[in-house]
Amino acid sequence: MSGIPHDHYKPNSDGEKWLHSRLPIVGLLYDTLMIPTPKNLNWMWIWGIVLTFTLALQIITGIVLVMHYTPDVDMAFASVEHIMRNVNGGHMIRYIHMNGASLFFIAVYAHIFRSLYYGSYKAPREVTWIIGILIYLLMMATAFMGYVLPWGQMSFWGATVITGLFGAIPFVGEGLQTFLLGGPAVDNATLTRFFSLHYLFPFLITGLVIVHIWAFHTTGNNNPTGVEVRRGSKEEAQKDTLPFWPYFVIKDLFALAVILAVFFAVVGFMPNYLGHPDNYIEANPLATPAHIVPEWYFLPFYAILRAFTSEVWVVQIASFITGGIIDAKFFGVLAMFGSIAVLAVVPWLDTSTVRSGRYRPMFKWWFWLLVVDFFALMWLGAMPAEEPYATFSLIASAYWFAYFLVILPLLGVIEKPLPQPATIEEDYEAHYAKNVGGTKTIVEPAE
Amino acid sequence: MNMFKKLTLSALLALGFGASGAMAAGDYETKVVDYDFSFEGPFGAYDVNQLQRGLQVYTEICSACHGLKFVPIRTLGDEGGPHLPEEQVIEYAKQYEVYDPDIDDFREATPPDHFPASNIENAPDLSLMAKKRAGFHGPYGLGINQLVRGMGGAEYIASLLAGYTGEEKEQAGVIFYENTAFSSQWIAMAPPLYGDDVEFADGAPTDVESLSQDVSAFLMWTAEPKLMARKQAGFAGVIFLTLLSVLLYLTNKRLWAPVKKKMKE
Repeated sequence: MSGIPHDHYKPNSDGEKWLHSRLPIVGLLYDTLMIPTPKNLNWMWIWGIVLTFTLALQIITGIVLVMHYTPDVDMAFASVEHIMRNVNGGHMIRYIHMNGASLFFIAVYAHIFRSLYYGSYKAPREVTWIIGILIYLLMMATAFMGYVLPWGQMSFWGATVITGLFGAIPFVGEGLQTFLLGGPAVDNATLTRFFSLHYLFPFLITGLVIVHIWAFHTTGNNNPTGVEVRRGSKEEAQKDTLPFWPYFVIKDLFALAVILAVFFAVVGFMPNYLGHPDNYIEANPLATPAHIVPEWYFLPFYAILRAFTSEVWVVQIASFITGGIIDAKFFGVLAMFGSIAVLAVVPWLDTSTVRSGRYRPMFKWWFWLLVVDFFALMWLGAMPAEEPYATFSLIASAYWFAYFLVILPLLGVIEKPLPQPATIEEDYEAHYAKNVGGTKTIVEPAE
Repeated sequence: MNMFKKLTLSALLALGFGASGAMAAGDYETKVVDYDFSFEGPFGAYDVNQLQRGLQVYTEICSACHGLKFVPIRTLGDEGGPHLPEEQVIEYAKQYEVYDPDIDDFREATPPDHFPASNIENAPDLSLMAKKRAGFHGPYGLGINQLVRGMGGAEYIASLLAGYTGEEKEQAGVIFYENTAFSSQWIAMAPPLYGDDVEFADGAPTDVESLSQDVSAFLMWTAEPKLMARKQAGFAGVIFLTLLSVLLYLTNKRLWAPVKKKMKE
């Protein structure tokens, strides 16, 4: 499967040969597990395993929760309380599932920003990247619908606000919103369809994850240098790589165990910290909460949605040109979806031929500013829509778009990259030689 | 490595943002006292005597208006809760009347029944009150206070019950009472506690602040009856995973040692 030359599975016994000639499944698993992996991968390459584990964790805890949950507006809230009070271990399963969503998004953001820094999205890994963005979109949809299921105040009003976004689309919006809700407002029909889709989407994600893995097993992993593994011969490739099993499996499991220890501390000692107290109030269509705030992982995009008010000149121009079809609300919706769309097309916006940010002196600054910008947007998304937060949100949103649409295309032209190592082996040796050399220089003067 | 560290820090910061949504709505600056409850912190546990006193306050005072519809009466006998003996739970249940659809009539409650719902429409159900209010917020929407001091639901209830100033005002025929913990400063609920409202068998103090804390602890239990089991599971998980991390770290180190050694030579 992999383009990097390596040993393939050879059936030995008659039984293995019998199966292999009919279904080469053992060979498939062998090649997947033994894929040659660049040996210089750093600790930012652990998030894939964390994400895969979290997906499994969410599916397993979710299946158990469904056994006790009732998707009905009159019973949903009480059935969650039933899980919390009466089901054996139910409180732990529910808290793990609830906080598992946060773990999922922490991991996916780390995974995405790692790709952005090391240029993992660049040729030939564009398809892996695009599938990754699709997985991310499905994750957001799944998390949003899952948050509606407990039928608390934030569930209900979050659903009202977010489906309202689709209502802002000109001409078809209203019909689309009614179609999504199953009626004129958030009600039982909404809850049941969200429940059904919340159960379906994780399996679509699983399917896409398999394609995601297939895609990068075809191109091989990127690595911190961005330099490709040598593929001239098996011997050459072995100088740059190590098999995934056992070297990276053990390394990733170690990282996973550390992350899960922190995760369990959160679940055990502060399970409601990442949630909103209002969601322990049963949904009430007649009482709007003072602040409708999405979960933390949506806040950056929520900030972008709210940043473009009718006072902003770009919005006024857009409204003038389109004869009012694009109003402030629709502009905000376009900006929010646009902010993810620019991520999807980043392989074609980044004009630099150098993959890794390590060898791009100017890029580094802009990249870290983007990271800061992301957290600033996250904070602003939780603040009330008033000054000075509105202006900050606008500036932060503008930088998000500027980074992808202006800075990345320009940097490739004006930036002078640093020299890259010729091979991964060279980089790896230099890294360890440097460490050895470092101790020598300290020792020598003492002599 | 450097990037990893930065991102870890960022991820931790992100955790801080999560709770930031719970901003106080009113412009009135509320006063929530950070009471020292026994169930706070990773090692915290409910004080059984306090839960029983709180149950008594709820039963004699709060239950006149407020219900606990999500709480099964039988759980009063649970370990990690008020832990009443079985006969006392049966006896306790008898004071409530519940509607039974099987006989289409009201009957005396039994332990498997839930506490009744609120008697009056304006009185919110108290089952989850300690989780649906946050006592601490900010600063600047960063959620750091909730990280350090906890969500503060029980502190909020206790501060509210003890937060009446004695001022009243009438608005559209309704009397509102000034309260230093309430988000809009004026609350419709009349002061429920005046001190010495109940008499405790264990001789515990019955001033307004003590009663407020006792009933708040009880309401924390009604909201989070599995708190102690959860903390225990959390501990088991953290200890097991830490041990596993150490073993995997050593395995990983040994596994990679030959590869790294070859490089150094």
